[in-house]
Amino acid sequence: MKKLILAIALLLPSLAFAAGSKHPLDDADYDLTDKASLQNGARIFMNYCLGCHQQQYQRYSRTFADLDIPEEIGQEYLQFTGEKVTDYITSPMPAEASATWFGAPPPDLTLVARVRGADWIYTYLRTFYVDDSKTFGVNNLTFPNVGMPHVLQELQGTPRISYEDALIDGETVKRYVGIQSDGDGELSPDEYDKAILDLVNYLQYTGEPSRLASEKIGKGVLVFIFIFFIFAYLLKKDYWRGVKK
Amino acid sequence: MNGFLNWIEQRIPMMRVANMHAIQYPAPVNMNFWYVFGFLATIVLVNQIITGIWLTMNFEPSAERAFFSVEYIMREIDFGWLIRYMHSTGASAFFIVVYMHMFRGMIYGSYQKPRELLWVFGMLIYLALMAEAFMGYVLPWGQMSYWGAQVIVSLFSAIPVIGPDLVIWIQGDYVISGATLNRFFALHVIALPLVIVILVFLHIIALHEVGSNNPDGIAIKHKKGSLAEEDKTKYKIHEYYTDKYDIADDVVPFFPHIVLKDLVAFSIFLAGFCYIMFFAPEMGGYFLEHPNFEIANPLKTPEHIFPVWYFTPFYAILKAVPDKLFGVLAMFGAIAALFALPWVDRGSVRSWRYRSGLHTWNLIIFAIVFIFLGYLGGTPQADWKIVASQILTVMYFGFFGLLWIYSKNENTKPVPERITK
Repeated sequence: MKKLILAIALLLPSLAFAAGSKHPLDDADYDLTDKASLQNGARIFMNYCLGCHQQQYQRYSRTFADLDIPEEIGQEYLQFTGEKVTDYITSPMPAEASATWFGAPPPDLTLVARVRGADWIYTYLRTFYVDDSKTFGVNNLTFPNVGMPHVLQELQGTPRISYEDALIDGETVKRYVGIQSDGDGELSPDEYDKAILDLVNYLQYTGEPSRLASEKIGKGVLVFIFIFFIFAYLLKKDYWRGVKK
Repeated sequence: MNGFLNWIEQRIPMMRVANMHAIQYPAPVNMNFWYVFGFLATIVLVNQIITGIWLTMNFEPSAERAFFSVEYIMREIDFGWLIRYMHSTGASAFFIVVYMHMFRGMIYGSYQKPRELLWVFGMLIYLALMAEAFMGYVLPWGQMSYWGAQVIVSLFSAIPVIGPDLVIWIQGDYVISGATLNRFFALHVIALPLVIVILVFLHIIALHEVGSNNPDGIAIKHKKGSLAEEDKTKYKIHEYYTDKYDIADDVVPFFPHIVLKDLVAFSIFLAGFCYIMFFAPEMGGYFLEHPNFEIANPLKTPEHIFPVWYFTPFYAILKAVPDKLFGVLAMFGAIAALFALPWVDRGSVRSWRYRSGLHTWNLIIFAIVFIFLGYLGGTPQADWKIVASQILTVMYFGFFGLLWIYSKNENTKPVPERITK
């Protein structure tokens, strides 16, 4: 009986979040210890995202310190709006105007990885495709009808969606094959995926800057608790030696 | 040193209280793993109070600043993230240990005579804890804070006549707003913690008056003069207990024996707690829901609104009933039924060890029903789930109905005179 209850308890988490996005998400294999990747992610963020999206809960100085970027280098290459290094990473775009332009103000991205998850962002930024019926000329598979232009198009190139005719239950239907760049971007498909992974890595970092410190301290704490457990157990055993059971 | 202690003792009964409630308090020798959760709940309460004080130092209870100040704590206060995660993990841990503690009371009949008030105090703590947790969850002012508050507060509008006015009175505004946040902050940091601490005090006083139950569900205190000298405990037990009763050779002093046992349990609990806190503080979206990392937006309803996991069984009962008023009544009825447990159970045998197989199955099924309701209340709505939650709601109340019926003339096993092992 206990096993059954345990099995149910263990099954619950997997069931609870099984539902969700329609487009399958790719696995974002990010690595918070990879400083080069984080630095590249920060570079992409500051160059392509910050025009519209801010990270108003995070300071430049904290980012530079955690990512091993010297402040002078950071200020020169990653700060464009003349703010102080101790300022929050804010966007100069006025919120009201942007709401008119895009339908909603572009969300703050400090915590986006904790809201959406790394996999979602990784998939989302790789599933834009040309769709002339949309205002910005692009649509997105992961976030259909999104009110955001494909700002990374100069890196990816023009992404085109392709379908193939497939025979399912005697009917010809169009089946999604994939999204392919015309090859007119700065990066090859593999390089583009890597660049997005770096960006995801960076967003994962800003979502929770304390993650690495937490895991480092956590290991020490668990070792301490284990030693504490041994002593507590031995002490308990000693005191209970004379007790008849 | 002794002189100093005597000086104190003559003015405040420090050692007398320590002796009466710990060093010379008789605890049954057979208390098993189920008996550690009260101790753990106390530890978690202390954790919540201490980390709460530190969080209050930097939290700003206003709609404009609350979300920002939480991120400020997470990023710019030294170890602010640790204090915050201790508090958020502690909230869920509190309910885990409290649910275990309550189920322990149910399987060993710890609510039965003479422990009815002890159980009622415990239930009051549980009720206050739910209010405390709900209001605490509103404070970070994320999407789920806001919309969760919206759902829960609007429940009161189902009350006939005064409902709508009551909602405005609770909110302090026509909608959930900064005014609501402010008053929830006041209630969360002072009013309810005070209530909980007082209730915990009463819970412990009541416990020590009637004595701890044990897995056999039998008394360790016997009528004065009914035990032979060799059957009495060899430990020094406080006169408060020995004056009225003979204490059987089935006890150990609470301190150090039980405390040391609790300490072992505590270190195991702490390992799990710290593992979650340091490596997975969101616990897959159960302890900290993903949408709550987005600032509250009254114009943007989340796709799904769920309360945190510890409320979901009751949320499922609420949703199972098509009518709002009756849904609310069913939900509160589910908690009220627990309050009434000492009087619903008409049996005199406490522990499930010596009660009927029917009782054992009734308890196990009740636990499964509760967990399943939690699953239904915490996942997106689907057609089959409505039917399932209706069936499970009936089963939830069925536990109490069945218990009331069969406990009157239950086919119980013979209960031993003395503790078995």
